[in-house]
Amino acid sequence: MQRNPQLNAHGELQHLLSIEGLPREILLQILDTAESFAGVTEREVKKVPLLRGKSVFNLFFEPSTRTRTTFEIAAKRLSADVINLNIAASSQSKGESLLDTVANLSAMQADLFVVRHNASGAPYLIARHVKPHEHVINAGDGRHAHPTQGLLDLYTIRHYKKDFSRLVVAIVGDVLHSRVARSLIHGLTTLGAPEVRVIGPQTLIPAGVEALGVRVFHAMRAGLEDCDVVVMLRLQNERMNGALLPSAQEFFKHYGLTAEKLAAARPDAIVMHPGPMNRGVEIDTPVADGPHSVILPQVTFGIAVRMAVMSIVAGN
Amino acid sequence: MNALPDAEALVPRLAAELAPRVTAASAMVGLYTGGAWLAERLHAALRLEQPLGLMDIAFYRDDYAAQGLKHDPKRTRLPFAVEGRDLLLVDDVLYTGRTVRAALNELFDYGRPRSVALVVLADRGGRQLPICAQHCGAQVEVPEGMRLRLKRDPAGRLRLELERAA
Amino acid sequence: MRILIRGGRVVDPASGRDATGDVFVADGRISQAAGEADRTIDARGLVVAPGLVDLAARLREPGYEYKATLESEMDAAVAGGVTSLACPPDTDPPLDEPGLVDMLRRRAKALERARVYPVGALTAKLAGERLTEMAELAEAGCVAFSQANAPLPDTQVLWRALQYAATYGFPVWLRAEDPWLARGGVAHDGEVATRLGLPGIPVFAETIALGTLLELVRATRTRVHLCRLSSAAAVDMIRAAKKERLPVSCDVGIHHVHLSDMDLGFYDAHCRLEPPLRSQRDRDALAAGLADGTIDCAVSDHAPVDEDGKHLPFAEAEPGATGLELLLPLALKWGRERGLALAATLARVTSDPARVLGVASGRIAPGAPADLVLFDPEAPWRVSAQSLRSQGKNSPFLGYELAGRVRATLVAGHVVFEQP
Repeated sequence: MQRNPQLNAHGELQHLLSIEGLPREILLQILDTAESFAGVTEREVKKVPLLRGKSVFNLFFEPSTRTRTTFEIAAKRLSADVINLNIAASSQSKGESLLDTVANLSAMQADLFVVRHNASGAPYLIARHVKPHEHVINAGDGRHAHPTQGLLDLYTIRHYKKDFSRLVVAIVGDVLHSRVARSLIHGLTTLGAPEVRVIGPQTLIPAGVEALGVRVFHAMRAGLEDCDVVVMLRLQNERMNGALLPSAQEFFKHYGLTAEKLAAARPDAIVMHPGPMNRGVEIDTPVADGPHSVILPQVTFGIAVRMAVMSIVAGN
Repeated sequence: MNALPDAEALVPRLAAELAPRVTAASAMVGLYTGGAWLAERLHAALRLEQPLGLMDIAFYRDDYAAQGLKHDPKRTRLPFAVEGRDLLLVDDVLYTGRTVRAALNELFDYGRPRSVALVVLADRGGRQLPICAQHCGAQVEVPEGMRLRLKRDPAGRLRLELERAA
Repeated sequence: MRILIRGGRVVDPASGRDATGDVFVADGRISQAAGEADRTIDARGLVVAPGLVDLAARLREPGYEYKATLESEMDAAVAGGVTSLACPPDTDPPLDEPGLVDMLRRRAKALERARVYPVGALTAKLAGERLTEMAELAEAGCVAFSQANAPLPDTQVLWRALQYAATYGFPVWLRAEDPWLARGGVAHDGEVATRLGLPGIPVFAETIALGTLLELVRATRTRVHLCRLSSAAAVDMIRAAKKERLPVSCDVGIHHVHLSDMDLGFYDAHCRLEPPLRSQRDRDALAAGLADGTIDCAVSDHAPVDEDGKHLPFAEAEPGATGLELLLPLALKWGRERGLALAATLARVTSDPARVLGVASGRIAPGAPADLVLFDPEAPWRVSAQSLRSQGKNSPFLGYELAGRVRATLVAGHVVFEQP
């Protein structure tokens, strides 16, 4: 069995590629470190000198303004130099290969690669080929993982609910294509959440998902019953009006979060969403802007979490 | 080898030494972990008006490149404005001076204090930077290869201990 | 040239014979008589068996010379003890013109290594629309007709193609996979693909297409050889079809009796294969099916891929593994694990594929072609870029140590490979 490529020979985090396979202690270390960074973002000088002189390269093969921006902010708050590369995903036949791109940047003294790619596993390929002092952070690979999102979701849940060992968490929507869902599921099961549910139509629930440790629901109200945390996933445009779903309207009727459906959950349940939201498709405005919603705090926590991840890996 | 000084005895002596210079506006910042314990005791003894500040210098250390982010940092909380303030920076053991350098850098990222005075329980010499304490409980000689640490028992009593350096 | 192969453990799977003895070769054939030999090969400590018959080995010519050449792959074949191989039509251009087939056969013959049996394209350009001139192609040397890994979704064209082939008694070799159910998929649709976030190909992509094919076989009585079974369900369907005495045979890629989707690990692109590696249960059923004869034979499915083609994220990597030099050791490994006698193990890569191919090689008997392999079944060797002669170094077994080292290979009575 191959060694987990995320951990170095001492069992320390050298790359963050996926929450799956990370020991509980490392997840908690990241959350606890993020806690300390939260204080930095609240004061006037929002910087610490930890990564001064280090170069962070944002390698985004899949376009994304918000994730890239939060990584950039996080890196700058650590006093690192940030270089953004938006490389439209090109096919093999034209343009540079993935590994050639990385090799060229490596020659420019990169320390940290933040990579987003539409092919699952791309960050693993990169991590196998970087130099020992270079670190890779996965900012989302295909439908496989989005570990920093999973971590900030865990951070958010811990912030509001404190204790994972009593929680019922529901993840709703396009689980089949969701790297956010997969990462969160791994995090919750590692940290001991007793019940993690996925809710969605059969076409959007992947084969064998129960093996990840979740209960599958196709009926929203039954799935939301007694939930402490409701995580709504984004439904991408290309999934609607096709062979997976007939329309956004029908999806919203049965799986869109409204106050009426949310009433099945616990009265103090929190509502989360990785963003950006499709209002009226997966969630309606009163809930998105309502008292249960912690969607905006998620964004703030995301910066502290990414600062924590970068400072931990860059130091190992 | 000389016996280590009694930490409990040093605390009231330091408090007495500090009493003449504190005002209603003075604020105290204790450095995790030993400095924080000491600061809690001094803050209470001096009955300072400003709430106690606690600081973790993890993000300002100069050994990140070699050591990485080793322990889980705690959150720095300074519940008062640093700008224009007379500050008492409190640590347990003064040695190379690097911790104090990091603490000063962090403090100045919060604002520009009017003055900073360093208060330590024990000074073991061995400075690598031009740093000195304005108030010091005792000078302690530490044998080669050993570390001087402040410990706190469950009842809250402080004592100085020597242990083998890692 | 007359050659005496002395003192080896002579194994002839076709007859079940497994005993120490001598083999005499004269005029390119296995000979009864002893007599004066021009050369004696000391085979003590070695197994003397028929040369391997591999029903699927890509030589990459014409068209894909940057991946491998005829010369390098023929070297690899005889180094692996393969003396006869069938190559699929998915060259560039595909083998749909008699001229291309003829040229391939001539080039292969001129190299004087293994015997090459081209499999012709079933449809023009493998596009699945128009039939090829099968009679012409057969005359040029094609032994069967196939779509390789190209889909043939139009069932009416498929039906007509089978009817046409049956007219002349030509066998048709097809891999059962429904192209729409497999569309976009790169791994077995199950737990592993879900965890790794890879689009999956469900088992029913194979069984639905297989059901269609078997129905068409019932209607046309075409001799169909099903290539590269991948699932337990498919094995069961073939078992029932054979019981019903349908004119079908089938093979399995040798990698698929050893590996499953668990071996993908952290996105090892060397495990990106077509069909995909399925669950452990499927793997075990394939290994058992090969043992009980439901699956007629194992093939290498040799597909050399250059490094650039594999140094990519899993879904973008080119599928395929190098196999000519691993067919023998992996077959031996399979036989050992199932507790089979050596003759029974070797049958699946010698006499049985020879029967499917319809050739006289694959057995040691007086008058049979002198296609032989001499190997040390215990000798270990490490699979590495250096030890492989094929230009394709892409193997899930890189770095592994396997047992079974070829010491000499003879084709038509000539020693075409030797390694002391």
